[in-house]
Amino acid sequence: MAEREGTYGLLAEFETPSQLVRAAENAYAAGYRRMDCYSPYPLEEAAEAIGFHKNEVPLMTLIGGLLGVGAMFLLETWISVWSYPLNIAGRPYFSWPAFIVPAYEWTILWSGLSAAFCMLAVCGLPQVYHPLFNAPNFRSGATSDKFFLCLESTDPKFEVAEARAFLESFAPVSVVEVEY
Amino acid sequence: MATKEPEIKDPMIDPRTGEYREVAPGHTFKSVTEKISRIVLTPHTPLGWYFGFMLAGGFVFVLLTAVTWLFLTGVGIWAISMPVAWGFAIVNFVWWIGIGHAGTLISAILLLFKQGWRNSINRFAEAMTIFAVICAGMFPLIHVGRPWLGYWLFPYPSTMNVWPQFRSPLLWDVFAVSTYATISVVFWYVGMIPDLGTLRDRATSKFAQFFYGTLSMGWRGSVRHWVRYETASLLLAGLSTPLVLSVHTVISFDFAVALVPGWHTTIFPPYFVAGAIYSGFAMVITLAIPIRKFYHLEDLITMRHIDNMNKVMLATGLIVAYGYSTEVVMSYWYSASHWEYFMMWNRMFGPMGWSYWVLITCNIALPQLLWSRKLRQNVAFTFIMSLIINTGMWFERFVIVVTSLYRDYLPSAWGTYRATKWDYATFVGTLGLFTFLFFLFIRFLPMIPMSEIRMLLPQAKMRREAEPQLEAGD
Repeated sequence: MAEREGTYGLLAEFETPSQLVRAAENAYAAGYRRMDCYSPYPLEEAAEAIGFHKNEVPLMTLIGGLLGVGAMFLLETWISVWSYPLNIAGRPYFSWPAFIVPAYEWTILWSGLSAAFCMLAVCGLPQVYHPLFNAPNFRSGATSDKFFLCLESTDPKFEVAEARAFLESFAPVSVVEVEY
Repeated sequence: MATKEPEIKDPMIDPRTGEYREVAPGHTFKSVTEKISRIVLTPHTPLGWYFGFMLAGGFVFVLLTAVTWLFLTGVGIWAISMPVAWGFAIVNFVWWIGIGHAGTLISAILLLFKQGWRNSINRFAEAMTIFAVICAGMFPLIHVGRPWLGYWLFPYPSTMNVWPQFRSPLLWDVFAVSTYATISVVFWYVGMIPDLGTLRDRATSKFAQFFYGTLSMGWRGSVRHWVRYETASLLLAGLSTPLVLSVHTVISFDFAVALVPGWHTTIFPPYFVAGAIYSGFAMVITLAIPIRKFYHLEDLITMRHIDNMNKVMLATGLIVAYGYSTEVVMSYWYSASHWEYFMMWNRMFGPMGWSYWVLITCNIALPQLLWSRKLRQNVAFTFIMSLIINTGMWFERFVIVVTSLYRDYLPSAWGTYRATKWDYATFVGTLGLFTFLFFLFIRFLPMIPMSEIRMLLPQAKMRREAEPQLEAGD
């Protein structure tokens, strides 16, 4: 991968969640699309403000669960009917009510694992390096008590001076330019 | 606001609702973060921690000794024999796994019910679940006699062409417990990722930065990530809820599917689940009270939590009492089976009848004191009550396993059961292992979820119309 140089984006720091959301809403209205908000706890309003709606996790979980239940039920059936049929007190080989329990557990196992790992995958985690960690105030605040809006330079509308002026109109604590 | 209820002086009581607060007033995002992360990131480990850790370590040594001797000589060192082939090992297995259930209840079911008060206790309740499942899972494994062949329990293509028998509840147990352990670990870890990010950003030593940096996987608090994260947490909670109910149900099937009087009953699944939650909440209280005292967390684990947990114990205790009375009614009167009748008579008044009355006293009689609000909010009393309930729940499993088995059908096949010193050593050893792991957890991982506490703070409320200058003063 080619090394990228220059500006990753402009990072504005805010004291309160309401300020962040107001700035994010205005940025979206002004036509910025490549941007992200950073908060120390889940802030749904900010995600809505930047127009983020697509969430793949539920579908992945459903698929994982269906694969789990199918795999275990078929395995049980194959083992008990074809591969290793055992006569247990005259019960039918295809004792489906008894097969429900392991299949049920595997539904939960595989949907749970899918939910967790797909969540990480679509978030692009684990990710060791990210340009934002270069910002001096990001690490001390984003996971603790501060709220950030970053307008990214890949946005076609992005122009450093203009974006800086735009962000500063929302009275942030600071606006810093983040390098790659 | 205070004008309405002028008599309330305690700052921990919310004057609007008259209830104890979930978080003490005056906390900010920063103070919460600092308070919780300082416990982990401090360079000065408290002496008390070392003391407890060493003590627990000593008991781990007892466990290692007992298990080593068991592996060298076999399960004959325990008191298990015919007719009581399931002794302490299964009693302890059911007891431990039941304790784990409260952690999942707090983290999953109370999350679905939007109970904000769970936020400060869910992390260590989940840790408790995992450590309890570790202790529990060990018992069936060492009970099988040849634990190095434990993988035979799983369906895998072996050269012997032999497969497990899927109609047996004992095999269902393998899937239930292994799924439970896996999902609990995943749920716990996913829940911890944002807090590990906080620790990474606040750590000063190179090693801590590397350690928490690796574990946090580069979490940076992007709101896009948060949305997916919240969805995944909610889904995991939704999945853990039927899971936790199924695990103890499947464990109760180990008994209920057998034809032994005292085991063969349909009340077992619900009453096992209620009993599990009952003992688990007792264990959460047993752990929470010393921790909040030692680390001065009274403003995050408040009276509200203790009161609420006591209420849950009272409620589940009553369900358990209903289960016991159903058993009595079924066997004395409704079953019309003299085997059942004798089992219950023998359980109450036979040579081991004392254990039944210990159980009734600890699980039903004494917990009725929790009806009193004053006692529910008395920390010392609650702590003692939690120990009593844990004892009672251990005896419940003892009564179910031993008093059903030692005198079943034919008097010529009757026997007795007297635990050996190795039985006791193994049990005490797992208590040590549990405590040992817990000490490691509170020292190295954030035991209260910072991100979730931040959501409870008044500053997290959005005020859209107000101007930024006005908000900052709040």
